[in-house]
Amino acid sequence: MDASLIALALMDGVSYAALLFLVALGLTLIFGVMRILNIAHGSLYAWGGYFAATLGLAITRFALPGWLALPALFVAAIVIGGLLGTVLEWALLRRILDKDPILQLLVTFAAFMVLEDLQRMIWGVQPVFVSDVVNQLGTISVAGVTYTRYQLLVLPLVAIAAFFGLRWFLGRTALGRQVTAVTHNREVATAMGVNTNRVTWLTIALGGALGALGGALASPTTSFTPGIGADMMVLSFAVVATAGLGQIGGAALAALMIGLARSFAVYLLPEVEVLMPYLIMVGVLLIRPEGLFSTVAARRI
Amino acid sequence: MGSPRLRLLVVALLGLVLALTLSLPWLKTPVLLALSNGLAVLGVIVLIRAGQVSFGHAMFACLAGYGVTFMARAWHLDALLLVALGTAGAALFGALIGVFMVRYRGIFFGMLNLAFSMVLFSMLGKFGGLTGGTDGLRFDRPTIGFVHLEREGFETALLFLALALAVLAGLAVQRYFTSVNGQALAAIKTNETRLEYLGISAKRVFWGGYVLSAAMCGLGGSLFALAQGLVTPEMGYWVRSGEVVFIAILGGAGHAVGAFIGAFVFEFVKLYAAALLTGAWQLALGLVLIVMVFVAPTGIFGLMETHLRAKAAPR
Repeated sequence: MDASLIALALMDGVSYAALLFLVALGLTLIFGVMRILNIAHGSLYAWGGYFAATLGLAITRFALPGWLALPALFVAAIVIGGLLGTVLEWALLRRILDKDPILQLLVTFAAFMVLEDLQRMIWGVQPVFVSDVVNQLGTISVAGVTYTRYQLLVLPLVAIAAFFGLRWFLGRTALGRQVTAVTHNREVATAMGVNTNRVTWLTIALGGALGALGGALASPTTSFTPGIGADMMVLSFAVVATAGLGQIGGAALAALMIGLARSFAVYLLPEVEVLMPYLIMVGVLLIRPEGLFSTVAARRI
Repeated sequence: MGSPRLRLLVVALLGLVLALTLSLPWLKTPVLLALSNGLAVLGVIVLIRAGQVSFGHAMFACLAGYGVTFMARAWHLDALLLVALGTAGAALFGALIGVFMVRYRGIFFGMLNLAFSMVLFSMLGKFGGLTGGTDGLRFDRPTIGFVHLEREGFETALLFLALALAVLAGLAVQRYFTSVNGQALAAIKTNETRLEYLGISAKRVFWGGYVLSAAMCGLGGSLFALAQGLVTPEMGYWVRSGEVVFIAILGGAGHAVGAFIGAFVFEFVKLYAAALLTGAWQLALGLVLIVMVFVAPTGIFGLMETHLRAKAAPR
């Protein structure tokens, strides 16, 4: 494996990790506030990607200015995240907070099945792929490797911005502090006058938008087919589980680990490429069953 | 096993199934599929007893199915032997994977099972030379009880075998639930720490339950493969695992009978509704699952059970 191949694998890994991180961030944020693993999150990724592709096609068809292609990705994410997130929260998640954890999992799993079929009805089974953005931004040469600017610069920048933006939001704004309070203890937060319903809704819309943003940003470089939501759901869970549920900083590191491991596997051991994320997850969980960065929970006797 | 009313119900259901399949031969295949599904659901019910759900248990049915196929192709074994070996194979895999799985509960447990099953699914697709890829593998109809039968006779024999195995498995699981291990398994759901304080290893108990559930799924998968004469990676796809969990909730996870009631309702609704709902099958399943969780979380059997009890009480 020579230097340029290593550089290529590094760049692949980083751009892939950026997408993975965005999706995992949404998942872990929702889990933190609701203590529910939203299995339908994988669908938000898929819907975000499909909707972004639809917007991309619309831009070409109506001969709109080409520079709209990049903002369109963000618009797609916000629309899908806000829309589906609100529907999910209002129709389901809000109503299952006090249910048995098994039933909570089942409900989000059922929502996932429903969204998968709806997605197939809307966008069909043919692969969808719109790569205008990537072509517009052109390529860049680093360490003797020519790589697209979109994947090397845009994706990691968005991921970093999302990471610091979220940290700033949770730590420095009044609303963000309320979200953190609900994460720590829902009941006490309610007693302190936090409008938990509003906070919950906001978090799910935000988390959903992050998942959809992952999909929207992936859409110019990935062809979207049915089933992509399930793959991403399990992958982002692998990231979140490796990091520890609810750990934002940990998710960044775990996404980077899994992204790099996967891209190196593509060049070194292509047979185990799909296995890489799970091998890492299993390896980490064997040593730390609650994930790398989890905090100790009190035992209830 | 339970109240006299329950015993009557089981006998009546068995009689109904036999009468239907003997009078309407075309029902044999759906009944066979329902029985093999029901066995897999039985496995999932064992886990639900411990308060855990797995979104990847179709992998054990799939492993057993492929095991049966490989053995049938290589050695032309008898169907009875194939079922036994396929089930044993699934149990063995369950025992291995279980060592890892019993450390996790709740979300982790469910999702790790899903991750394992997705790995299996993609491996089956990838190593096409060995597994036939996404097209799957066919095998010739084996002998059953060392007798060569035509398609018609083979199906009837397989049906009786499946029916007998279903009854035995149902009895075994119900017996297990009342045993010390089964009671300890239920305690994992209510309070695992207290269980540990009693000096019982929760992990070991859960491991036993996991192996049993893998064996049940394997038994179902072996019968499914024999009924079809064909295995595809679809057998282990996450949608299949979801269906199994769905049936468990639909039928009612409180009793082994619930698994089979659910499986029959599912199979026959599918038979008639799938044509109407082409492309919206998952959508319908998802919506029904949500409604069940809110309206009748104990499933069809749960609804019947209150009825069975209420009638018996005045005496």
